[in-house]
Amino acid sequence: MTFGFSLFVVALLIAIPALGAAAGGHAFWGVVIPYAALAIFLAGFTARILGWARVPVPFRIPTAGGQQKSLDWIKSSRLDNPHSAWGTIGRMALEILCFRSLFRNTRVELREGPKLAYGSSKWLWAAALAFHYAFLVVFLRHFKYFVEPTPAWVTAIQGLDGFFQVGLPVLYVTDALLLGAVAFLLGRRLLDARVRYISHAADYFPLLLIAAIAVTGVLMRYFFKVDLLGVKQLAVGLLSLQPVVPEGVGAMFFVHLFLVSSLIVYLPFSKLMHLGGVFLSPTRNLPNDNRMRRHVNPWNYPVKVHTYEEYEEEFHEVMKAAGLPLDKEKSCPKAS
Amino acid sequence: MPPDFRKIVFGLVIFLILVTLPLWTNLLRGTAPLEDPEISTRDVPGKDRCVREAEYMKANHMDLLNEWRETVVRDGERGFVTVDGRHFDRSLDRTCMDCHNKQEVFCDRCHNALAVSPYCWDCHIGARETKDGSTALR
Ligand code: HEC
Ligand code: HEC
Ligand code: HEC
Ligand code: HEM
Repeated sequence: MTFGFSLFVVALLIAIPALGAAAGGHAFWGVVIPYAALAIFLAGFTARILGWARVPVPFRIPTAGGQQKSLDWIKSSRLDNPHSAWGTIGRMALEILCFRSLFRNTRVELREGPKLAYGSSKWLWAAALAFHYAFLVVFLRHFKYFVEPTPAWVTAIQGLDGFFQVGLPVLYVTDALLLGAVAFLLGRRLLDARVRYISHAADYFPLLLIAAIAVTGVLMRYFFKVDLLGVKQLAVGLLSLQPVVPEGVGAMFFVHLFLVSSLIVYLPFSKLMHLGGVFLSPTRNLPNDNRMRRHVNPWNYPVKVHTYEEYEEEFHEVMKAAGLPLDKEKSCPKAS
Repeated sequence: MPPDFRKIVFGLVIFLILVTLPLWTNLLRGTAPLEDPEISTRDVPGKDRCVREAEYMKANHMDLLNEWRETVVRDGERGFVTVDGRHFDRSLDRTCMDCHNKQEVFCDRCHNALAVSPYCWDCHIGARETKDGSTALR
């Protein structure tokens, strides 16, 4: 049901620009829509981050996968349970660049016996890593449409990406990786009954949307070609604030652009916000130094305290009369 | 504000600059003009039309070239007849470059703008200007 709904919405997001751009109004589909989407994306992203930034996180949350720093002769795990700033930076880098937490993903099975068995499962980690890096490289390669002259680094990664020179236009390895990884991630949600049970429209929709973006891109490259010089004139126009609407760019391009616009509009208001959120994960970005430093809760109201010392002073006479031991008058009773 | 607020805002500003980088590049450095390719034989009788309609050629010329290449190299069929009945040799150097005889302002202009670098010129001679001013092939 939730999957059907997501599929329906993505189909709608394809049909609207397909019919719309075929009917004309390219200034609307090519200029108004992307500008509006970019504005919503930037404003929405900023609002979400500022909202999170205002939440105080006074304490360290030690959900760590390693030995904490304690006595000198106990070896501590500097990256998985860091206690210093550099260790924390290392943990964040591992998390963001290598998906360290996902690498710990396990799979539970009920074996004969009955026995509960836990096993390591790296497929999700591998597919997620492939997906994110392929996405990044595809996105970076697109800079050839955004700036003129094309920067040399774009040409360089494009050359590496098409290294195998398969087909004409040459196949990009990242295109194949991106499509394969999206297919795996979708398949995982659909075919594994346990994952399907916990999947919502908010999980299917972004995957389907990104799949649709990649598929329209590949279709445009191999089957429904568009005038790419026109595309670049349009994109560079947009990104130098002098929009132009070239003649005769195929409708497939407007579908691709509309889907991308939908994605960036959706991003700040969805789980895709992990793009910024991962940097603010309190269980990852704070050193676990609870036992080394005192962390005072900033919203503690001032509590009126009455220490034992003051108490003893106040009731000195009474206590002495009752024969109670007094700290003040203790002559340091050394243990014999 | 929590003590880390400034750090987070700093990170946010870096992110916003990064995602809008193309915009700043274009605005601060300016963009080179994206000129349409130059058709050098538009007024030459017999060479004033392409082998297929321009709409098709603009986006699909690499498909046509690929098809020509395979037809010649695999089947040995060199003759090509256009829809309006003109006869051509299926050849990159002798046909395409005969009309589009200024490669720098035609094929290369488009390809440079879009960072396409066809490996065809590793072997095919094309029609770039040589040092003495003549075109390489002729
Ligand atoms: C209107 C601009 C334009 C002109 C003029 C043009 N090309 Fe292209 N050409 C392109 C674009 C854009 C691509 C890349 C298509 C893609 O990546 O999907 C391309 C790709 C190619 C490819 C495939 C290469 C690859 O690695 O994908 C070949 C071969 C090619 N062009 C040959 C030529 C030749 C030969 C000429 C001159 C007779 C020429 N082109 C003129 C725009 C142009
Ligand atoms: C007989 C001369 C002739 C031959 C041969 C020829 N062309 Fe063309 N080509 C032209 C003319 C003239 C135009 C402009 C057509 C127009 O604008 O209507 C053109 C247009 C094009 C365009 C579109 C440029 C643009 O952006 O408007 C491309 C790409 C192209 N030719 C590539 C090729 C390729 C590749 C070959 C070889 C397979 C080839 N041409 C063979 C004469 C020729
Ligand atoms: C490794 C060298 C090499 C490369 C690279 C190469 N070709 Fe060729 N090509 C040849 C040879 C050799 C022939 C055969 C020539 C003949 O039989 O006339 C040929 C023939 C052709 C022909 C038909 C005959 C003719 O005279 O043009 C076409 C069209 C062609 N190639 C297009 C391409 C295109 C397009 C590319 C780039 C995508 C390309 N070739 C890359 C070597 C190469
Ligand atoms: C989140 C952003 C985007 C993603 C994930 C994406 C994805 C893709 C993919 C996978 C392809 C297949 C070919 C390739 O990898 O080069 C592609 C092609 C293409 N994309 Fe995008 N795209 C995005 C944004 C854009 C934008 C903003 C534009 C506007 C200029 C654009 C224009 C194009 C064009 C013109 C092609 C055809 C390339 C060709 O024929 O060689 N894309 N896209």
